[in-house]
Amino acid sequence: MYSILAVDDSASMRKMVSFTLASAGYNVVEAVDGQDAFEKAQTANIDLVLTDQNMPRMDGLSLTRKLRDTVQFKSTPILILTTESSDQMKMAGRAAGATGWLVKPFEPNRLIEIVQKVIR
Amino acid sequence: MGEMNKEGATLGQAIDLSQFYQIFFEEASENLERMEQLLLSLNLSQADDEELNAIFRCAHSIKGGAATFGFSDVAELTHQMETLLDKLRRHELRPTSTMVDVLLESSDVLKAQLARHQGAAGDAPETTDLVQRMVALSQGDDVAAPDGGHDAATAPLMVATRSLHMSVGPLRDRSLADQLTALFREITGLGRVQALPDDRPGMVSFQIETTASDDELMDLFSFHVPRDQIQLQVWSPGAQPSAAAVSPVAAPAAPEADSGFGLFDAEPVLAPAVQDALAPEAGQAVIPQTVVAPTVAPAPVAIVAGAAPEPRRLDVKADAKADAKADIKPATPVTNEASTLRVAVDKVDQLINLVGELVITQAMLAQHSQHLDPVAHQQLVANLADLDRNTRDLQESVMSIRMIPMSVVFNRFPRMLRDLANKLGKKVEFVTHGEATELDKGLVEKITDPLTHLVRNSCDHGIERPDERVAKGKVPHGTITLSASHQGSSIVIEVRDDGRGLSREKILKKARQQGLVVSDQAPDAEVWQLIFAPGFSTAEVVTDVSGRGVGMDVVKRNISALGGTVEIDSSEGYGMRVAVRLPLTLAIMDGMSVSVSDEVYILPLSSVVESFQITPESIRSIGQAGRLVEVRQEYMPVINLEKIFSVPRFDMDKSSRIMVVVEAEGVRSALMVDELLGQHQVVVKNLEANYRKVPDVSAATILGDGRVALILDVSGLVRRARQ
Repeated sequence: MYSILAVDDSASMRKMVSFTLASAGYNVVEAVDGQDAFEKAQTANIDLVLTDQNMPRMDGLSLTRKLRDTVQFKSTPILILTTESSDQMKMAGRAAGATGWLVKPFEPNRLIEIVQKVIR
Repeated sequence: MGEMNKEGATLGQAIDLSQFYQIFFEEASENLERMEQLLLSLNLSQADDEELNAIFRCAHSIKGGAATFGFSDVAELTHQMETLLDKLRRHELRPTSTMVDVLLESSDVLKAQLARHQGAAGDAPETTDLVQRMVALSQGDDVAAPDGGHDAATAPLMVATRSLHMSVGPLRDRSLADQLTALFREITGLGRVQALPDDRPGMVSFQIETTASDDELMDLFSFHVPRDQIQLQVWSPGAQPSAAAVSPVAAPAAPEADSGFGLFDAEPVLAPAVQDALAPEAGQAVIPQTVVAPTVAPAPVAIVAGAAPEPRRLDVKADAKADAKADIKPATPVTNEASTLRVAVDKVDQLINLVGELVITQAMLAQHSQHLDPVAHQQLVANLADLDRNTRDLQESVMSIRMIPMSVVFNRFPRMLRDLANKLGKKVEFVTHGEATELDKGLVEKITDPLTHLVRNSCDHGIERPDERVAKGKVPHGTITLSASHQGSSIVIEVRDDGRGLSREKILKKARQQGLVVSDQAPDAEVWQLIFAPGFSTAEVVTDVSGRGVGMDVVKRNISALGGTVEIDSSEGYGMRVAVRLPLTLAIMDGMSVSVSDEVYILPLSSVVESFQITPESIRSIGQAGRLVEVRQEYMPVINLEKIFSVPRFDMDKSSRIMVVVEAEGVRSALMVDELLGQHQVVVKNLEANYRKVPDVSAATILGDGRVALILDVSGLVRRARQ
């Protein structure tokens, strides 16, 4: 069973993502911000990271950079959840080392589709 | 769940998002509160980056959730707020008082929108004007400019200005392209267009800035040029169109309309040369970093309940100056979100109920085992003692679940006073003490209205206008202080102001006008209590804010209903102090049980002053009006419980021999009882919910022997005795 790290400071979003992916058979580890996510990633076997961008303490891009700097997560798929898909956002995401992006709001089923595509 | 992640296996099931609505509503409400607090304490001339970011995140978070769960009105409004806030946090705009006002207004509208989504009645709040003003502010105009950027009333609200690259062709007649540019001149608000050099045969290129969606643009353009000859892509500076690089459909040019998802390897648009130019130094983001130091957790402002805390001062001046400084930042929540649990309130209530039953059962056990020989039943007696201790601990623990800090109540006042002071042309400073003092959640909900009324009163009637104050030799701004502290088994909440105070003369005059009998020698404490009489108000001008005379008696009644008391202290010309005393929890009470004939009654221990045996000489009768008893040269009314409750007497040898002096709202009376049975904790059972409201009785409890005992309403009894 694959494990997904879902990072978002909004509880409602986190719960929604968690529930959606769990219903598709994934194990979900929740984190409330980048810092929390990085800590949890150390001890869980993560196959994919789904992270919001705007969070306190450590945002999504910073988390992505930090993960990429760690040997363990050099090639873990990381998707940034963003409310806008501007060029700037995409360039920043790519520069930080993210695998891709996903625009909010999204349909729950769409999320499952995308995760299935990205997780190998 | 099993291995269900096969392609398409679970896609058919629709996921019901409504199960997350409640969490979203709570979260949004917390975000709005935080946003409001931050906005109110924002230092306009030296805005703190972290605060600006925090405010942005509040709006952003609400937007994300609202969009996901389908509350589009909320999403649209927060989107507008976010645009303004984004510019502020990036220092593209400087914060002004007008912006704060508009954002606060928006936050009010959001509350109304969210309330409607949760079932509140009422029409959808108007947002057009508000949005227009916000858009104008975002564009750097200080005043709402209707013809500023684009017509906000008709432009789609969700979309920000986008930069696009448009390729047209191959055209046989290049003048067709001119038709397209003409569109931008003809249609206000469509955007801006600029021709670009393009040496491909028959092709024309433009850079477009617009808020219109790709679909809208295509609809317009296809009047003049066939659709398949128009290509729109997201603008990349420096990108030169070449036959190879242009890929019309797959490009993420129409993010909202298209996939909304992409993988970075699949990015087709940029030519290699451009890519190098754009790839920033490794690790450096192109957008300004959100200013969060990842390794330093925000230091919570340590507020220890019971210790003497620093008063928080929030300047709520009528004319918010740009250099107004907030002395202390709003306290960051002390609990880490990850270590809390959301629990439905009725689950907690059920738990408290069950623990209450447990306490009663344990008390019964204790009672029945009293006459057990401790030597013969050593083990049992020891175990029961343990049980007693465990039950007490459990009770305390469970009670504390429902305790929340007073800051929850205090938080609404800065905003309220800011608006109120503005309206009345007064300057008011608001100080709080003891925000961390905890109170049962049920009490918090019920105390909010009475407290609000008291604070409004202070602002409206107490604090004088600046010129009046200066004339009296006071500082021009008045101060309202709200404080909370634990005192014994009660919580005391005080509202204090340095305004004009109560006028003894006016109150006595008004009281007599209303037919109340008061002696001129009555002590101040008694005179102040008169303002709680129904319909009483000495305000010369009844403002719509307060003072219709409806307020104070309702305040008193509400607080009495909670088992609390209200005390007033005032000094004419200097100010006034109202102290509300409440039992810490509604469910458990320290009581003294007394007997009258075969009945047992419980008195709240906090109201008992002393007790003594009756001697015939100490009692005087006053005709029909009842009896008085003398206690150390003070006379007080006697309350004959046997008579009031018509307690039947079977054993004529017994009679009421003992007086228990009780005090309520500063006034004392003596209750006649047969015996004092003892002091203990009682579990308070609501009588009204289970039976009906009974005069002079506030609640009931079940004794250790299983009998029901009534808990007396001491205030009610004392009041009745004075009449």
